[in-house]
Amino acid sequence: MFRGGRLTNAELNEAARHYDGPYRPYDIVKEVSVATGVVMLIAVILTILFSSPDLPPSTIASWSRSMPTDFVTTALSELDGTSETATYGPPYNHESGSVQQLAFIHLQQWLGVSHPVNAEYDLIIAPLRTIPDAPALQAAVTTYVHAPAKTQAAWTNAYSNALGKATEKQGGAVTVPAGSYGPVGPMMSSLLALAESGGLDGDLLTSKQFYQTDYTKPLLFLEDGSALDDRATYQHLQGTQWGMMNETGSYPGQVWLWLYTFWYQVQIGGLSTSPNVDAIVMAIMGVLSAAFILVPFLPGIRSIPRRIPVYKLIWRDWYSATGAPSKPPRTGDDAPALPSLRPTET
Amino acid sequence: MSSWTVRVREFGLRNLPPERLLPDSQPAYMASAIYLFGALTIGALVTIIASGTILALKGPAWWHVQSIGHFFNSIHLWSVELFFFFMVIHLWGKFWMAAWRGGRARVWMTGAVAFVIAIPTAFTGYVSQQNFDSQWIATQGKDGMNSLGVGSFFNVLNVGQMYSYHIFLFPVLVIGIVSLHILLVRRHGIVPPIPLADSVADAAAK
Repeated sequence: MFRGGRLTNAELNEAARHYDGPYRPYDIVKEVSVATGVVMLIAVILTILFSSPDLPPSTIASWSRSMPTDFVTTALSELDGTSETATYGPPYNHESGSVQQLAFIHLQQWLGVSHPVNAEYDLIIAPLRTIPDAPALQAAVTTYVHAPAKTQAAWTNAYSNALGKATEKQGGAVTVPAGSYGPVGPMMSSLLALAESGGLDGDLLTSKQFYQTDYTKPLLFLEDGSALDDRATYQHLQGTQWGMMNETGSYPGQVWLWLYTFWYQVQIGGLSTSPNVDAIVMAIMGVLSAAFILVPFLPGIRSIPRRIPVYKLIWRDWYSATGAPSKPPRTGDDAPALPSLRPTET
Repeated sequence: MSSWTVRVREFGLRNLPPERLLPDSQPAYMASAIYLFGALTIGALVTIIASGTILALKGPAWWHVQSIGHFFNSIHLWSVELFFFFMVIHLWGKFWMAAWRGGRARVWMTGAVAFVIAIPTAFTGYVSQQNFDSQWIATQGKDGMNSLGVGSFFNVLNVGQMYSYHIFLFPVLVIGIVSLHILLVRRHGIVPPIPLADSVADAAAK
């Protein structure tokens, strides 16, 4: 039963089950084929005009050569356990520095350590142990490893303070004023030399098997330094630069992530600075994605197309040709059966 | 009792007879440019798969060292951009048509799921590039994954794992859900125009 004015959603829904009006010729295979050809042509033209970006990756070797003091500072933070990686938490270790939660939901913690990374051992001690024919260095490493934690901290703190007065020499060496650094000085200088030679890149990929695709350790190490960060800032890829949807150079990036990165710009309620910002944004996007999928069932949202009648523009030719529209939809028992799409059978 | 094969065949014929699966006519109201964007999205997906297949044939490092590889990588990139561009317009068009009417909710839902799944599909491609871009995206993206515990089994810093997801697992999901979407479109037909309220009121009064 139709009332005056707008149809209910149920009436609209029922009306859209049937169509017994005129048909027009249509070639679906031709349409998809032509569309594919057009898209391929556009892609080729864009390729010829703009190509695609491919900035070479940063390596630990290139980082240590161009920013030796930053490399040593980062390495020291891995050694003394103050780096982001050393304090991260699951899935890399049992710390809590980067552990996030949603109210009482601690998924990151609950799922535990699945990719163990011991920053001190995996990123510093183990690579130093691979350097051959260096008995003095190996003795220094042994001294450091077996020293009490308090002594280790005294050495690393002293060296950390000294790095503030460090000078970089041609060739990539870092010189710090004389001080009580124990074995830390030779350890850091040897690690720097190993990194500059390219050996540390390989060491951090070494595993029990010959083939390797897991870059967790070298990427975590790189991220703790400034090499990636500085390049990202220059390329407008930082979170505060809406970087999630940007690409290196002037290319369009993952523009479809605009709503993800939008939430990282929201300062209301301290969202963008919250220690749980990633978990909150992921949760928000999860809810919004579910809502997007469930639009047909969401009261209010599903009625927007009726209330903002863009459909009059989409079907303007149809409405003008049929007198808007020629007959009301029928519902109930007298509604016609779903006709075939072939006009001869309607 | 008929065999499983016969049942499947009869189910298919009942729901998607050949003239409905590959129609040679459509309702006369299908006369707007907005209807082209579904086909353009499919065309972009075909281009993505074709260029991606060529890249996969030569391995993940090829495009960095040979100009012909870079050419196909560029086609892959631009077809992805076009895919999302066309798909978003297609989705907006279907939203304003309220295209879920008349028992077509599953058509909308499968289209929306295709969009949602396309996002991690593209993401795994970006972190598989093996250049600075992938380094940055991986190191930043890991925090989002780890924050919900996803990082425990989906390690964005493992390029081998990401490459597997990108060239097989996610494409299977995307192609599967897009195929289902298309079959549902064919099964239910395109949604009729929304009746204009005034004319409905007039008709009801007669």
